[in-house]
Amino acid sequence: MKVRKNVAISDSGFLFNPSSGDSYSVNPIGQEIIQMLQEEKSELEILDYILKEYMIDKNTVEKDLYDFLNMLKNYKLTE
Amino acid sequence: MEKKQYERPIIKSLNQGLMNKFGSRTEYTPMTHIDGCAVKDLLEEYGSPLFVMSERKIRDNYRNTKRIFETRYPKVQFAWSYKTNYLNAVCNVFHQEGSWGEVVSRFEYEKALNNGVPGNKILFNGPDKTDDDLRAAIKNDSPIHIDHLDELYRLTEIATELNVNPRVAIRVNMDTGIYPMWDRFGFNYENGQAWDAVNKIMANGKLKLVGLHCHIGTFMLAPNAYGIAATKMADLAKSIKNRYNKMVSYIDMGGGFASKNTLKGSYGLGADSVPEISQYAEAICSALLNAGFDNDELPYLYLETGRALIDDAGFLLGSVISNKRLSDGRRATILDFGVNIMFTSFWYDHKISPAQEFGQHTEDSVLYGPLCMNIDVIRENVTLPPLKAGDQVVVHTVGAYNITQSMQFIALRPAVVMIDMKGEPHVIKTKEVLETLEKGEVLPDYLSKFSL
Repeated sequence: MKVRKNVAISDSGFLFNPSSGDSYSVNPIGQEIIQMLQEEKSELEILDYILKEYMIDKNTVEKDLYDFLNMLKNYKLTE
Repeated sequence: MEKKQYERPIIKSLNQGLMNKFGSRTEYTPMTHIDGCAVKDLLEEYGSPLFVMSERKIRDNYRNTKRIFETRYPKVQFAWSYKTNYLNAVCNVFHQEGSWGEVVSRFEYEKALNNGVPGNKILFNGPDKTDDDLRAAIKNDSPIHIDHLDELYRLTEIATELNVNPRVAIRVNMDTGIYPMWDRFGFNYENGQAWDAVNKIMANGKLKLVGLHCHIGTFMLAPNAYGIAATKMADLAKSIKNRYNKMVSYIDMGGGFASKNTLKGSYGLGADSVPEISQYAEAICSALLNAGFDNDELPYLYLETGRALIDDAGFLLGSVISNKRLSDGRRATILDFGVNIMFTSFWYDHKISPAQEFGQHTEDSVLYGPLCMNIDVIRENVTLPPLKAGDQVVVHTVGAYNITQSMQFIALRPAVVMIDMKGEPHVIKTKEVLETLEKGEVLPDYLSKFSL
């Protein structure tokens, strides 16, 4: 999955989609995930990164990541 | 390297619409401790979910309310409304503070007696008093608040049979300018029923009319309605004095003061919009003081305030079971407590706080209970930090009616803990087990065996 290249995200987690004019707020871990997606990292790589960086188990990350990616898709932020 | 604290990734659409002119504030500041006890420790020790009562808050509420009334009227007596929360520990905190008891059923009456309340300090309300109940109340010299004519006639017969003169009050309902009018309890003022009941009591001479009682509604948001009620009660008392040269010794204004909960559909939060106790007190006390009673005949003001004294002293602690995404994209969070122990979630939007620290990002969520039943909804829409399974939450302002109206539908009822004035928790009701539920069940022999 790739996030649209023209999607802009600020340091404070404010996300703007110029194609639709919609804006969003994203929490820090969400920002990291979007950045990794823009760098064309795979879902598996993202999952490994979160497990390495955060105190959390694999099942939870898997579930949350799946949900987050789905939301990006629903908001038409992916291509 | 130490790993970072995890928070579920969230993305929230920012809506560019009209601003909410009511601008209600968010309410997700974490609550990690109650009266010095860590929520985490309480749940670990006593299990999740868990009701917690704050003794300090109960006493503060009582003393504050008592002071507010006593600085406005010289003769005030509170009677603790058992039905609001009849855990013995809770009742006894009120009794230690000087509150009498107000009961609406036989078992509540027995509870009050067992707690040590003298019979003559238990007000017996309610529409359903059996002959046996009436006899017990007569024996203990408890003021009996007569609800309907059948009760009046029956009580007169029993008094005749026992050759005693029980102390009674009549319950009066009236138009206080609010809708709907509460006219199911007692005798109506405007159509003359109340005056008729007074005349019947005075004529038969068997019952000793010592008071007048009213209960104009529940969660009353209009203090002025109490002013109208107090004026009408005072008028009735003066009419009795004029006609029979007898002054009632008390006017009981019942209960109904609102707590700081937020009613569903309200624009503002309850904490901001509900009247202060002083507004109710001002309305009632001014009406009574201006009624024109002689100084030496000023009746006592009895108050059966329940909800406003106990609601914010009760908390429900619980844990997140899971969270999921609904078909329309809304977040749903499933908690381990349901409407079976939080009956008031049907009419309040309860304030719910996380019990641990979170980042600043939040999301809107529906909060469901654990019951396998569609109506088990704790909050239809609430803004909270991203909660994950195992996270803990605190529901505020659940001290009134939830424990007394709870039931073991699908889930058993949790323990109740009271935190004392020194910050020490005490179990005041143990967590239920299967035996609690099955106590009283009888299985006929022929149904005891089967093969599958």
